[in-house]
Order: sequence, then structure tokens, then C-alpha cells
Amino acid sequence: MDLILVNLIDGLVTGLLLFMLSAGLTLIFSMMGVLNFAHASFYMLGAYFAYSISLALGFWMGLLVAPLIVGLAGAAVERYGLRRVHQYGHVPELIFTFGLALLIEELVQFVWGKNQMAYSVPDVLNFTAFAISGNSIPAYKIFMIFISVGIFIGLLYVLTKTRVGMIIQAALSYPRTVEALGHNVPLIFMGVFGVGTALAGVAGVIAGPVLGTFPGMAFVLGSIVFVTIVIGGLGSLWGALFASLLIGWMTTFAKAYNIEMSNILNGLGIATPENLDESLFRDFWSLTSPQIADILPYILMVLILIFRPAGLFGKRSS
Amino acid sequence: MKNITKLGAVSALSLIIGAGSAFADTIKIGFIDPLSGPFASTGTNGLHQFEFAADYMVNDKGGVLDGDTFEIVSFDNKTSPKESLIQLQVAIDQGIRYIVQGNGSAVALALTEAVDKHNRRNPDSRVLFLNYAAVDPALTNEQCNFWHFRFDANADMKMDAMSDVIAKDESIKKVYVIGQDYSFGKAVADAAVSMLGEKRPDIEIVGNELHPIGKVKDFTPYSRKIVASGADAVITGNWGADMLGLGKSIIENGFTGPIYTYYGAGSGMTGAFGETGKGAIRLVSEGIVNPPPTEEASAYYQAFQAKYPDGNIDQTRISNTVGMLAEAIKAAGTADDVVAVATALEGMEYQTIWGSKVMMRAEDHQAIQNINILNHTDEGVTFPFDGSTFGVVSEQTVEMASADAPTTCEMQRP
Repeated sequence: MDLILVNLIDGLVTGLLLFMLSAGLTLIFSMMGVLNFAHASFYMLGAYFAYSISLALGFWMGLLVAPLIVGLAGAAVERYGLRRVHQYGHVPELIFTFGLALLIEELVQFVWGKNQMAYSVPDVLNFTAFAISGNSIPAYKIFMIFISVGIFIGLLYVLTKTRVGMIIQAALSYPRTVEALGHNVPLIFMGVFGVGTALAGVAGVIAGPVLGTFPGMAFVLGSIVFVTIVIGGLGSLWGALFASLLIGWMTTFAKAYNIEMSNILNGLGIATPENLDESLFRDFWSLTSPQIADILPYILMVLILIFRPAGLFGKRSS
Repeated sequence: MKNITKLGAVSALSLIIGAGSAFADTIKIGFIDPLSGPFASTGTNGLHQFEFAADYMVNDKGGVLDGDTFEIVSFDNKTSPKESLIQLQVAIDQGIRYIVQGNGSAVALALTEAVDKHNRRNPDSRVLFLNYAAVDPALTNEQCNFWHFRFDANADMKMDAMSDVIAKDESIKKVYVIGQDYSFGKAVADAAVSMLGEKRPDIEIVGNELHPIGKVKDFTPYSRKIVASGADAVITGNWGADMLGLGKSIIENGFTGPIYTYYGAGSGMTGAFGETGKGAIRLVSEGIVNPPPTEEASAYYQAFQAKYPDGNIDQTRISNTVGMLAEAIKAAGTADDVVAVATALEGMEYQTIWGSKVMMRAEDHQAIQNINILNHTDEGVTFPFDGSTFGVVSEQTVEMASADAPTTCEMQRP
């Protein structure tokens, strides 16, 4: 029972981190209709910038400045890269972002090398917040939860309650009309792209110390972010939140408990084959949940695409 | 007329070849390891150590034979066995006769099979496979062949030394074994369970599990299980990002006992563990750099640091590999006939610059050497890793470990 609570917290942290990445991606997609393959690379840039800044000015300045730099870099990519490629259609845009992802990875290796960076939790937060029957919850995790919840509330407020948010939402659905009303739509696009990448940057800054800061970090997280926004529904902020938490909890619980496939099948009334070693389905029978935890989101994505192609919260009709 | 042309061409060709052999050649060594992806840092550090060892130990000392020098040619295999076979073919086509690889036993198993096949089919362009770090016992047992030499101790030998140390520690009653889900991770787990069961039957294995290799983003759920199991010690064969992620996560989530690792140091890991890992991370390894074993070793390390200020010598076996290959080429009197070189390597006893001896066992091509248990700390560290103040310091040594360990290898000699 205690362990369930601990896993709930762990899953929440994983889910919220995923949300910060997918929120930016889903916003960018709904606005520009382009899947930004380089999104996880901006997450990586966030971690590396924050690491370098933290060496000179401490962790907190890193948290403040690194996302700004990443956001500016993102805005510049939109202004001078994507906008030019945009006129040639979606495929060149996809290829552009894909190339950008490779470029950023090489660049990071060139500047910082291929080693793990010694980017670590600040001393102020390096203690155990509380323990649940021997399982300590580090204070840093609580900090991560607060940061990401704060960002979600802030985003929601800006998008639904402010004038800027209204214009953004209008530009999402009717860019031509908004333009005709005298708003600078390309500027809005650039702003959204910048904010989206800055969010990924924040995720990188706070995830770097716990998940490791190394050139492969974008690659490890890259695909799961796309899965998240597909499950949540492309373009939906609530969907991104829901799907992120779902994936966070699903994978955490699957890894935390050794549920064996044979138990599930026995529970369904299928008897274990007498001689398992010679059975055709031996590997299937001996599966355990930690082994398949990381592919569960992909299975879920396939199911969603079959039964609800627009995603859980998606509005687009196909 | 036609015949005369042919004759002319042949004699011209033989002249060129003859002229070539009069000058000093370069002996190319193909380095096939990850230089991109999650394990890029491990591979790149290995490459630097090879390049340095080749220059320092061979080229700067006038080379081998008639001044032939070593050249390390790198190939990126992305830790993929499939990619490695392609790179092996590229290397062979470039005329490379010596292949070194270490990261990933799955890769090594694929390579050793491919090399064996290639050598049987192409007696004119045979290659040797010098394995400097892939430690799946199968490579020198059921999967052994004449072309493969292992310069690291295998997983069983390391576990033998590690379990000796654990068995001596009376405070350890429960052990958790966790590793990456592939041949090496499984080999470590099997060895841990069987050897601990033999040496300390009272130790309970409270957990034995494998996780996907290079794909886990967050190790927290695993660390929860480890803490909840009440384990006194953790054993893991993890390496690269998986090692750092697992180690950090276990410690941060409240585990206080020792973590016995195969690869818990270097490649940025020691620096990243820092204060957190002090007193927790133990490493089983063939090499000692702290305290410096010999003056020669210190000079070697200092020269390395002058060239790579951020680099570490975390694999002393790399210099042994280069040194032993050079000795074997000298003994064989040729670098082109790899059978002669391999024969010279068999049974070779080599005095390393690290103050210890390495013996290449002839019956399975497994190097026999000292195995040490090292401790991650910042006290008494002469050569720290990763530009930090932390390093690994020798705690215990098992001399010429597992020298009489049995092998199932049935070597087919050409």
C-alpha cells in the first residue's frame, strides 16, 4: 500500500516531465501543422546550457537563463529556418527538423564532448523531503512537481484568459482571418515556437541532474514525446497532460511490480503448457511487466490510432 | 604481344610491392565501437586510450619490426551487432588485419563468428579479433576460436573476485542483482547467483532482474524495488548511461549499502557520481591507477593527461592489448601473417607498465591477470577521473585470478 503511494509520486514526476516536453510540441503542431523532430534536441540543449551556466553562476541562474537561450534559439530556427522552408510544404519542413535534430546532437558532442556531464542537483535541494516506509522521496522531485504544475497553470491561464491567448487560439484555427484583422501572424508563430522550445528547455534543465546529461538524452526521450501527443490528441494541451500522466504511471507501475504473463493468462483461465521449454510461446509465457513496460505506451498508441484516430482529447475529425 | 604486356604489368606490379615493403609500413588496427548514441562516451574514451597507447608505447619508441608504426582506424558501430558486421567488412576491405572491439558482448559474439567465417573462406586476408572489454564467458568457452583474444577478465572471473569480497563481508545478508537485458547482463546474474550460493549459502538473493539496455529513461521504479527488498548490497553489470542512471537513482532514493559494479567509473561517470557515490560505488577491474603502482605508470598517465586533459585511463587493459600485440608482432617477425602473430600471442607472459603480469592462456585465449576491487572516493586519489577530485582507489587484489578456471573451449587451430 505504501509502495503504491511512492509509485504514484514517481509516476507523477515522470509524467509531468513528459508533459513539459509534449506541451510545447503539441502547441507547435497545432499552430504550424509541423511535427518538430528536433523538439527533444531543445530539451537536451536546455540541460547542457544550464550545466554550463551552473558552473559559473549556480543552478538557479541556469534554471532562469538556459530556457531563455533555448527559446531564443527556437525562435531563430523558426524565423530563419522553418519559415523559409514552409513555402515548400510539409515534407521539407519535416526533413528540416529531422536534420536539425542530428545537427544539434553533433554540435553538443563537438562542444561538450561525449561524456556524461557532472550536472547535479543543487545542494539546497539535495535532501530527503520525506520517507514513506523506508522509500525516501528526494526534495528535488517535489521541486520538479511544483515547477511543472506551475508551468501548466501558467500556460492554461495565458491561453484561455488573456488577450494574447485568444489571438493565439484564433490564429490556430483561422490564421487568414486573424491576419486580416491586423495581427502579425508570423510573429505569433515565431513566439509560439520560441515558447514551445523554451518549455522543452525547462524540462531539460530540471531533468538533466536526475536523468543524466549526455548526448544520447534527446534520443532516449525523443520518440516517447511523439507517442504522448498522438495519444493525447494532436494540438490539445489537456490531452498532452492526460497522456503524459497516463504514460508516467503506466510505465512506473509496470516496472515496479513484477507481474508475470503466466499469472495473467492463468487468471484468464488458460493453463500453462506442461512442457514450457518446448512450447512455441515460451517467450510469451515467461514475459514480465518490467520487460514490456517501455513498449506499453506504443501499444496504447496503436490502439488509440485504431479506435480513436484523433487521440483522446483531439478535436480534429479525420 | 598480349603475353608481353601481361608480363610487363606483373613485373611492374611486383616492383611496386617490393619497393613498398622496403619502407616502414603502418600496421592498421580497426577500432569498431560506439562513437555515437547512448554509449558514445564509453567508445570514444576507449578510442583515445588506444590512440594514445599506440603512439606512446609503439610509435614513439621506433615502432615494431623495421620501424612499422601502429595506426588506429575508427569505425562507429552504434553498439549494433548488425552495424558492426558492416564495419568489419569495410575494415577488411581497407586491408586492416587487426580488429579491436570491446563494448557489448552481443557485438563481440557477432564479430567473432564473422571473423571465424571470413578467415576460413579467405586464407589470404585473415584478421585477428582483439577483444579488450567484452566479457561474456561464452567468447572464450563454447564460442571460442583461434582468432579471438580477450585481454579483459571475463564476467565469471570478475564475479569470482567480487563474490570473494562480498563473502568476507558478514554484514551482507541480502543481495539484489540487476542488469541489462542481453547476454552479458544474464551472464553476470547467473554467475552472481551461483557463486554467492556456493561461497555464502546464507546470503539471500532478494532480487534478480534485467532491464532493457540503453532504453530506460528513469530508473526510479527499479530503485524503489531495490530499497523495498531490504537488500544490503547491489550487484550490477551495467555500463554507460545505464550505469550512471541506475547508480544515481538507487542512491538518491535512499539505498545506503555498497553497489558492486563492473563498469561504475570513468567516461564522465566518476565525475557525475561525485560526492553521492562516495562509499557506495565499488568497481571490479583489472587495472589500478590509484595509488599509482609504478613510476612508469605515472609517467604514462601524466603523458595521457597532457594530451587529453578531460580523459581518463579507465581501461589499463588497452595499453596491455597494444603492448602485447607489438610483442607478438616482434616475436613473429611479421605483421602480415596473423597466424604467426596469434601463435606468438598464445601463452605469452607480459609485464605490464601497471606493475602486474598478464598471461594469455593458450587453451582459450583468455588473459589471466590480477583482479582488483576499487572504491569510488576522493581520498588518496593521485589520478582522479573526469577532471573531478574523485577517482577509484584499490581496496583489495586477487592475484592472477581464476588462473585455473576451467574452460569448455575446443580450439581449432589452422
